[in-house]
Amino acid sequence: MIELLSGNEAIARGAYEAGVKMACGYPGTPSTEILENVVHFKDVIYCQWAPNEKVAFEVAAGASIAGARSIVTMKHVGLNVAADPLMTLAYTGIKGGFVAIVADDPGMHSSQNEQDTRHFARFAKVPLFEPADSQEAKDFIRFAIEISEQFAIPAILRSNTRVSHSRTLVTLGNRTEGAPVGFEKNPQRFVPIPAHARLMRVALEEKLARMRDLACTHPANRIEWRDRSLGIITHSIAYQYVRETWPEASVLKLGWSWPFPDNLIEQFTAGVKRVLVVEELEDILEEHTRALGICCDGKNFIPNIGELSTPRLQASRAKMEGREIARPVVPVPQSKDLPGRPPVLCPGCPHRGVFHALGKYDVIVTGDIGCYSLGALAPLSRMDTILCMGGGISMAHGMVKAGEPRKVVGIVGDSTFFHSGITGLLNIAYNKGTAVLIVVDNRTTAMTGHQDNPGSGATLMGDPTIAVNIEDIGRACGIKRVHTINPYEVDKVVKLLGEELNAGEPSLIISRYACPLDIKQPVGKRRIVKEDLCKKCKLCLKLGCPAMEGRDGQAPRINETLCAGCGLCHQVCKFAAIAIAEEVK
Amino acid sequence: MNSTNGTTTSVVLAGVGGQGILLASEIVARAAMIAGYQVKTNEVHGMAQRGGSVIAQIRYGKEVFSPLVAEGTARVFGALERVEGIRFAHYLAPDGLAVVSSQAIIPVTVSSGAAVYPMDAHDRLKAIFSRLIYVDAAIIASKIGNIRASNVVILGALSTGLNLPIEAWHEAVAQSVPPKHKDLNLRAFEEGRSQA
Ligand code: SF4
Ligand code: SF4
Repeated sequence: MIELLSGNEAIARGAYEAGVKMACGYPGTPSTEILENVVHFKDVIYCQWAPNEKVAFEVAAGASIAGARSIVTMKHVGLNVAADPLMTLAYTGIKGGFVAIVADDPGMHSSQNEQDTRHFARFAKVPLFEPADSQEAKDFIRFAIEISEQFAIPAILRSNTRVSHSRTLVTLGNRTEGAPVGFEKNPQRFVPIPAHARLMRVALEEKLARMRDLACTHPANRIEWRDRSLGIITHSIAYQYVRETWPEASVLKLGWSWPFPDNLIEQFTAGVKRVLVVEELEDILEEHTRALGICCDGKNFIPNIGELSTPRLQASRAKMEGREIARPVVPVPQSKDLPGRPPVLCPGCPHRGVFHALGKYDVIVTGDIGCYSLGALAPLSRMDTILCMGGGISMAHGMVKAGEPRKVVGIVGDSTFFHSGITGLLNIAYNKGTAVLIVVDNRTTAMTGHQDNPGSGATLMGDPTIAVNIEDIGRACGIKRVHTINPYEVDKVVKLLGEELNAGEPSLIISRYACPLDIKQPVGKRRIVKEDLCKKCKLCLKLGCPAMEGRDGQAPRINETLCAGCGLCHQVCKFAAIAIAEEVK
Repeated sequence: MNSTNGTTTSVVLAGVGGQGILLASEIVARAAMIAGYQVKTNEVHGMAQRGGSVIAQIRYGKEVFSPLVAEGTARVFGALERVEGIRFAHYLAPDGLAVVSSQAIIPVTVSSGAAVYPMDAHDRLKAIFSRLIYVDAAIIASKIGNIRASNVVILGALSTGLNLPIEAWHEAVAQSVPPKHKDLNLRAFEEGRSQA
């Protein structure tokens, strides 16, 4: 059967067909939909969200060492969090096939950096697979599981935004089961105390040498001989752009790209006159090709920042051939004076009340990663730094201890708090900090599309479970001042914030209200602007609610299909010009 | 040498996150699949979906490589919002067909006074596109019974610029929407098609 599947759907399908029994991960664009699709196979695959990528990785590692074929999913920056177990699992090795599926985001469509996961494969010394479409995404999961088991080593499958979020045709297959689960005690293999680890270190190099040979004949790597005046070495989605830009050229397509298949690279380059390496992001293949003593072009023509595309490669080709680019006649982009349309907090978003209240004080806000990152944008502009998951809490403490004269507020979401905020909170209590910390608890992992988390009361497989209490965690960490607020009660929030900023000891505020998009319920009754009372002061528009349409010289209008009835605009209006719509009529 | 290769047909859809671009893209892809073509699509997920500008790209033909549409090569371009119709206009091939909804969704940048919403959008669209269908998609969809079917109205008009058989479109619509909304969406499609 043939189906049109996104790369992420295909990876989930691949896990099913490859006999995977354990799937674990933390949401992160562009990887999130992998586990959301694995759930469809929950009869045969146990799947779960973990509080963070390190935990997810370790859960899958445990399952694999017990003998189950396992996958763990995350976005590229998630592998930074899971790097610790990765580096040593490469030494101990695994039993049931183990694949870490890591989705990169060249061009940073939904990320804070564009790090290249291929470095991690080389760094950890584990095999790397790179599909170029959904069919390969599905097939390569099976390859990765097989190689992982054959060499008793974890593998990485690197996807990226275009592979994960493009739909292409996939031929479905059947499931093959792995060996039964059953841990076999073997300290020499699974206990890397120095005496054992030194042996593992040697064994790892031997595995790499054997894999390097196998990769030269493996079906994931192939040579496409065409015209031999130019030979292109490429990988991943870049292959697709290469085929459109140089349809006549010979291509070495690397789907199993590390350990580098040296003999294959040598065989290919010996058969062509000129060699070009086309890789997205870093010059990893190019550097290695040069190290083999092969003369090649690469980043001297191919951009190393942002994602590649056919037009970008066409420009590279023109440059190589020393000619002007023959651009198709395109109407000039007409967008110079168009109003920007950046992403915004939704109408009725509970985070808006918190940012509005923070706007009343001259404080520094160290932020974090989630929907609430959008609070950094105008007109709210109430977030001053973002670094990494959980970073806002610890950075607030650092600023305070550095002697920053203003008060500092750290802000973090519920899922991010569980991910890596708790240790930062403990640090503040332990080291006698004075920062105010706000957990904007919307009862879900909203930005990535509303996944459950340890506070939401349900698991990925749909079972009811504990909903951990953030207030209790705060008190257990040693925070004495713990408050819970409803973010839509503007005056109360502003007042409490004033008190806590001057408390002189650490304070934890939990702003709790469910994301209206997640529970699919409006917050309250729809509001309307009474034009006769409106003084056009535009105060309400400072909330940045997309349901409010500002109009030059006229009273703002509230879009009735968009308004979620949160009442914030109603409360900030000083002239009682905003009211509940049904009470006006 | 260009990315359409003469055999690959490209379609670009644009709009505002939440307007139903993903569904529209799925319908085009299915119609092409039903008609027997190889298909690739690309869609935006994550942060951009929170009310930002979004585009979806669909390519079909005998053999398709890149899922992305090169600027200036789309055979048809559909926009569910009129300013987005201007913003992404450069994807359309010079002789391509543009279908733009007259709907205006005011971005926060305008409401907060940082930018101005162009009042002359229709004139500008006429100046950019040699083949333009400007449709009151939201009004048509509301009349049929659900403003959310605006996307399918746009697809109906757009379908006249592609070489896919009408049966493939009907089947694709029927497969892509929940059964209870099937008739309404088929009607929206036909209404859109009659605008061409
Ligand atoms: S999805 Fe929920 S949390 Fe995210 S911006 Fe929208 S309302 Fe706020
Ligand atoms: S009540 Fe006001 S602030 Fe809240 S969603 Fe409606 S228009 Fe926006």
